[in-house]
Amino acid sequence: MSALALLFLIAGLGLIGWLTARVRAVSFRRDSSARFSSLPSHHGTYVAMWTVLPAALFLAVWSSVSPALVTDAVLETPAAAQLPANKFERASVLSEARNLAAGRSFGTFNPLSQTLAPAYASAQKRYDWISSAAALLLAFATGAWAFTRVRPAFRARTKIERVVMLLLLGASLIAILTTLGIVASLVFESARFFRMVPIGDFLFGTHWSPQVIPANDPGSALGAVPLFWGTFFIGAVIAMIVAIPFGLMSAIYLTQYAAPRVRAWMKPILEVLAGVPTVVYGYFAALTVAPAVRDLAVSLGVTWASSESALAAGLVMGVMIIPFVSSMADDSIAAVPSSMRDGSLAMGATSSETIRRVLLPAALPGVVGGILLAVSRAIGETMIVVMAASGVATMTLNPFASATTVTKQIVDLLTGEAEFDSPKTLAAFALGLTLFVVTLLLNIVALTVVKRYREAYE
Amino acid sequence: MSSTPPDMGSPEKTPTDWRGDAMQRRIRRRYRSERRFKLIGLAAVMMSAGFLVFLLATMLSNGIGGFSRTEIKLPIDFPKAGLTLDASRLAGPGADMALAGAGIQGATDGAAIAAFGKDGDQLISDGAWLTVRSAVKADPALLRGRATIAVPASDAIDIAAKGEGSNEDKAQVAKLKAAGVLTTGFNLSFLQGADSTDPTMVGIWGALKGSIFTMIVTLVLAFPVGVFAALYLEEYAPRNRWTDLIEVSINNLAAVPSIIFGLLGLAVFLNTFHLPRSAAIVGGLTLALMTMPVIVIAGRNAIKGVPPSIRDAALGIGASPVQVVFHHVLPLALPGILTGTIIGMARALGETAPLLMIGMRAFIASPPERLSDPATVLPVQIFLWSDQVNRGFVEKTSAAIIVLLVFLLAMNGVAIYLRNKFETRW
Amino acid sequence: MTQHLKMTAHNVNVFYGKKQAINDVSIDIDQDLVTAFIGPSGCGKSTFLRTLNRMNDTVASAKVTGDIRLDGEDIYAAEMDVVQLRARVGMVFQKPNPFPKSIFENVAYGPRIHGLASSKGQLSGIVEQSLKRAGLWEEVKDRLQDSGTALSGGQQQRLCIARAIAVDPEVILMDEPCSALDPIATAKIEELIHELKGRYAIVIVTHNMQQAARVSQRTAFFHLGTLIEYGATSDIFTNPREERTRDYITGRYG
Repeated sequence: MSALALLFLIAGLGLIGWLTARVRAVSFRRDSSARFSSLPSHHGTYVAMWTVLPAALFLAVWSSVSPALVTDAVLETPAAAQLPANKFERASVLSEARNLAAGRSFGTFNPLSQTLAPAYASAQKRYDWISSAAALLLAFATGAWAFTRVRPAFRARTKIERVVMLLLLGASLIAILTTLGIVASLVFESARFFRMVPIGDFLFGTHWSPQVIPANDPGSALGAVPLFWGTFFIGAVIAMIVAIPFGLMSAIYLTQYAAPRVRAWMKPILEVLAGVPTVVYGYFAALTVAPAVRDLAVSLGVTWASSESALAAGLVMGVMIIPFVSSMADDSIAAVPSSMRDGSLAMGATSSETIRRVLLPAALPGVVGGILLAVSRAIGETMIVVMAASGVATMTLNPFASATTVTKQIVDLLTGEAEFDSPKTLAAFALGLTLFVVTLLLNIVALTVVKRYREAYE
Repeated sequence: MSSTPPDMGSPEKTPTDWRGDAMQRRIRRRYRSERRFKLIGLAAVMMSAGFLVFLLATMLSNGIGGFSRTEIKLPIDFPKAGLTLDASRLAGPGADMALAGAGIQGATDGAAIAAFGKDGDQLISDGAWLTVRSAVKADPALLRGRATIAVPASDAIDIAAKGEGSNEDKAQVAKLKAAGVLTTGFNLSFLQGADSTDPTMVGIWGALKGSIFTMIVTLVLAFPVGVFAALYLEEYAPRNRWTDLIEVSINNLAAVPSIIFGLLGLAVFLNTFHLPRSAAIVGGLTLALMTMPVIVIAGRNAIKGVPPSIRDAALGIGASPVQVVFHHVLPLALPGILTGTIIGMARALGETAPLLMIGMRAFIASPPERLSDPATVLPVQIFLWSDQVNRGFVEKTSAAIIVLLVFLLAMNGVAIYLRNKFETRW
Repeated sequence: MTQHLKMTAHNVNVFYGKKQAINDVSIDIDQDLVTAFIGPSGCGKSTFLRTLNRMNDTVASAKVTGDIRLDGEDIYAAEMDVVQLRARVGMVFQKPNPFPKSIFENVAYGPRIHGLASSKGQLSGIVEQSLKRAGLWEEVKDRLQDSGTALSGGQQQRLCIARAIAVDPEVILMDEPCSALDPIATAKIEELIHELKGRYAIVIVTHNMQQAARVSQRTAFFHLGTLIEYGATSDIFTNPREERTRDYITGRYG
């Protein structure tokens, strides 16, 4: 039977269990005036849980084990003797047969698949019946056992709540699992990469041309320093030159000079800058900003002006980052106790003197933390550089020239039909690991700075 | 306490002459500097807002044309068109098969040449015959006589009608307008169609449906996990090294660049678990991992905002810790949680890089039917179209951006509305 | 004794939005004396104090009407420069608020922005003189580069007084300067006030009647925004004219 029908049946059994347990619980409540730890519905839920969960667990385990069992069964049929010896071809024939049997495809490349398909279908059907019967039996058995435990003194609610707590804990662990997953997958793939390419070549090499990787010395074409430079140049220099002045001065104006009503709608408008999808920024950069920058370069007489300039990407990225800087600066300046401001004003200082000489120095750790977080965001940004910058890996100081970044290269390396094990593809993971480590460090430093600063004022 | 009078320092210096010229000049200078500073601040705010307005205005002006489509009224004489079509089959289930072999494309081109001259078929879109096909399928009676069907114009004519393009095309447009056969209508196919190589036929429905599927998967996975994790961390977690580790993990995850999640999806979901490439379910899984920390952080803040007195009151009546949380804390924290979730989902809707990594960058000609079908999402579609320099595609890309921004605006609007309506100040 | 009036106030009203905080108060501040404002909490004494150096300007909803003059000039007139006013009328706050800078920089801040010193030597001289006048020099002369926030509460408040003195004011306003300090620090500040009396006109707001009796020569009693009685301190405390004053002094409410 279909998976959906099976799940429905199990759910139905669970419902029956719930109802019967509840009835039983209601009955013994009626016969006594004592206080009970659990409501009848709790007893019902307890039995329902014991009906559904073991069967669900069984099915989950089964679904990962059964394909292997079915394949084994098919391999034992006489038709299987004709399968090619080569592992790849065998796997492709088997998968075709599988798809045929499941009704997912209609034509085949290999006639052998047609003969194997019925074997697949029958094996699958057999195992399906076995699993359905087992699941239903299990559900019934565990449900019945749970039903016998329904008694006046039984603390059903406590047991249910323990399961709920486990659920909550499990959800939290998924967060750790994700971090572990990221680190593990990056490290694992990078390790494979560094077996092919020495880590020194990668981190310190200055020649990056992944299109042509010499097989005997892949490291010579995979030196990532130009990428690091490009990322730094576009994200930490050009973007910050835009974002820091605009962000900081906006924050100062909004906290110190703007009337509360103006601040109430100006602040959200700045936040909108952060909400625009980066692909839109990238398109805008490629469509409007980059040609304008190139025209500017030409009019200034710059000889080496690209239409995919670092300046175009950096400018747009800077605009996107403005709200990150301004929001952190805003919070930091607002956190300085107003007694500082009063004390300075009471001495006859103007507002700008108070801001420049008292408030900003006091808020500086928070502002610096915000800038670090903004830098971290900028160097991790992908779409703007993919669409507005190029793939030319150079170490240029000329903002009108083209540069490439780590993120753009990750995208480029994984485009195309390269095998997963080639140095080209694995280099993407090595770059990803580098990016992850750098942004992690920046974030940790930024948050430590901000936290210590906040403690100073509490 | 000292009994000797304190040393009052050096003998009196002359009291400050506030009225003197030097002091007055200095004070004026300070005020000037104050005004300049304030103006710089105002300029910064205005220019930042101006960047946003400029960006939106550019997109709007480029893309608004994408929502209209130029159409040509094409007269077709069906009996003379030489279609091999049995009109009676059109009523039954074999209609599509019948139409497939009928030669409608040739008939349409022929009618165009007959009406507009030997290059007439260049005036209509390559996909014009599809419009004719739909018209015939809807009303088989057309086949008996002549009919005038409004078909999409070709890309060149469409652009010329909107004011750009070559002079010959613009002249053609003028001629067609004079003959009264050129109309401009709302481009419904943009909203209903899927990807195509012809900008006049291209539509975003395929990508939009992919986005919807992906968002559903993301929400179903990230929301419960995020809320439960937030509840656990705020309400039940003991203060020990493990919970500190969880907290640090979540805070860091929220700041990891999105492309890293794409790499994770590629390595784990595609290569280890062999899930179907470029499917909505993989995209949703990847984005769920990315959105979950955002929901946890928003959830924790919302839960922190519920005053302890409520919990004390519930405990005092004898509610169990689980009941306190699920009956009292969670309902009160829900508006804040929902606001954070919507904002997180809006961010996921606009994400491109991680989905490129898991393969959602192929040309998907038809919208996905199941969660495991290859699909693409709207931002990726925009990215794929952005490479095309054809003016028609520029217009459609900007129009797609407008659609995306409208969705995001709606989502953020709902979030802000929720926050303002339900935020209770204790 | 001849009266040199440093500041005069006539018919002053202060509104915060619609709410009236000060009700038609007229008072004169004498140049050579310490004037105390007393009254129960919320009676408006701090609010009135802040009208004297226009610190209420920093509150958006505050509106001040009336005639307040420093040396005969209307301080709320358009020609009056607030920056100058606040240098001439200094303020010390309830909770010590030294800047998170070094002790030297704290005191040097005022002279720097007002350009009162033309050389580093002159600046150091001003700092030293201010710290001496505030009675703090001996305790900090060897650690002028230490942070101002590292001092004890009483020392911080004396630092704030030194900071105010450094811009060479004519009037010093003190808003409950000792309420956050322990008794020993309080005693030191009171002694300091006594020493500063001859050089600056001092107005002190205090909720501690005994302190008012100790340090001031004239006392004003405020109640619910209105000036109930104003006179020589000894008169107010031994033989008040108004019944409400008598009730407050004897502790019937407060």
